[in-house]
Amino acid sequence: MKEKRWKPWILLSPSLSAIFFFMVVPIGFIIVYSFWIRASTGADIPAFQLGNYKKFFADFFYPGMLLRTLRISLETVIICVVFGYIPSYFFYQTRTRFKALLMLLLMLPFWISYIIRTLSWINILGESGLINHILISSGILSTPLSILYNETSVILGLVQYMLPFMILNIYVSLDGIDKSLTEAAMSLGCTEWQAFREVILPLSLPGVSAGCLLVFVLSAGTYITPLILGGPGNEMIANLIYNRVIGTLDWPFGSAISVILIGLLGILVFTYNKYLGINQIFKSLGGRTD
Amino acid sequence: MKISGWSLIRLFTIFVYVSMFAPIVVVIILSFNPMEFASFPMEGFSFRWYVRLAQNQSIITAFKTSLILGFITSIISTAIAIPAAIAFVRYDFTGKNTLNTLLLTPIMIPEVILGVALLLFLRWLQQPKSMLLLIVGHVVITLPYVLLVVQARLVGIKRVYEEAAMSLGANALQTFREITLPLLSPAIVAGMLFAFTISFDDITATLFWATARTSTVPVKILGMLRHHISPEINALGAVMVVLTISTPLLAGYLSRRFARGLESSKR
Repeated sequence: MKEKRWKPWILLSPSLSAIFFFMVVPIGFIIVYSFWIRASTGADIPAFQLGNYKKFFADFFYPGMLLRTLRISLETVIICVVFGYIPSYFFYQTRTRFKALLMLLLMLPFWISYIIRTLSWINILGESGLINHILISSGILSTPLSILYNETSVILGLVQYMLPFMILNIYVSLDGIDKSLTEAAMSLGCTEWQAFREVILPLSLPGVSAGCLLVFVLSAGTYITPLILGGPGNEMIANLIYNRVIGTLDWPFGSAISVILIGLLGILVFTYNKYLGINQIFKSLGGRTD
Repeated sequence: MKISGWSLIRLFTIFVYVSMFAPIVVVIILSFNPMEFASFPMEGFSFRWYVRLAQNQSIITAFKTSLILGFITSIISTAIAIPAAIAFVRYDFTGKNTLNTLLLTPIMIPEVILGVALLLFLRWLQQPKSMLLLIVGHVVITLPYVLLVVQARLVGIKRVYEEAAMSLGANALQTFREITLPLLSPAIVAGMLFAFTISFDDITATLFWATARTSTVPVKILGMLRHHISPEINALGAVMVVLTISTPLLAGYLSRRFARGLESSKR
């Protein structure tokens, strides 16, 4: 029995070292770098000072961008819950023989390239896109509408990207609910709506909240969607990080913004995990629908 | 009343899925537009942009990079995820839950952060960006997903099979090779595919790690998009969509065929 004690550690060591050396240690580097100074020559000087953080909170520009990021993410979450719950409920209740087809519908969006899904909206919303083409050729409008490169199009792109995550999470949660519960509630005098509201909905809330957390965290870190579908005023915090690090090569300041973002999301995930448990999310992503 | 409520739900579901897939269909339709600009109306039907694509050397290079990167990533990720999954499912040890969560955290960390972090580390090591950086980064990004898939399957494999093999005299390695691995193979295939598609499709972190020489297809697409959306991008998008959808479908079909063949040969 003694040999069993070290066995799991041997099995774990490749994965653990990969994550430790290429994620944990590098994130430690971000934290260290966020206290450094960027000299006017462009060199990074090791130091321990809060100048980068002070710079972030010096005026409303950077915090405003952070708030905008959080607001856009929250709006995305809300839209995803509304648009995601109903299809999940449909998949749960439907009595089709084509269960495999439903599974396919659940997974298919994940297989379609994110960047293609995002840029596809240009074909729909652009000045010579589908909507403007229909409106102009049918004579309703004479000049094209500007419906691309604003916050709405960013949210639209985000919703399209995140909705499959939400649907999957809610569906996995619903799928674990015994269908006879509805019948039991109805035999006790509930209407179908009451049975849903009093029994099914509360039991599916773990999936809803897991979906909300995942969608929020993923949205808050989005770089590509605002880049492709947003205008000059729609950058999110990840765009700022990218521009500081790759654009102006200001590593210390870019690191400080990264620490602020990861700290904020970390607090959120940590609190969620403490009260609700984070395993629900991982359960869904592993495709554990049994 | 009951029927109308249900049909509303069905109608809404159809609406959601149509609006999710419609833009993709438009991409594919517009890729056959022979005109210079990717816009309506369609002025005919041609493979012009696909021909152009096939002649674009930098795209072909990017395709090769993406394929090689996805392939290597999926092999490494799966190879290190399998033993980890066995450790988590088959053994008890202190800190198990914490470590399991740690290995899954890359899912919850914004890719921009992973991108900056690994690049900063590389800078400190004074190493140039290379294919190795991309492989390492993509392994970190894909590992949690492969781990989840393999773990989920392993939970479903009853221990009695392994115990039966052991009691018949097989050692641990033989048991793994003859019993666990074959039972696990659908999850291994699924995990590898998952890793491949995630790697093939990854853009945000890859933007930090790629160089002009190690550009992947999504990075190339973003570069082309800087100017305007062209039919060539739509054609490339259509190719990517067909590729990323057909790979898992084909693999799913093959593995079912394969499993059925195994079953009938055993009888």
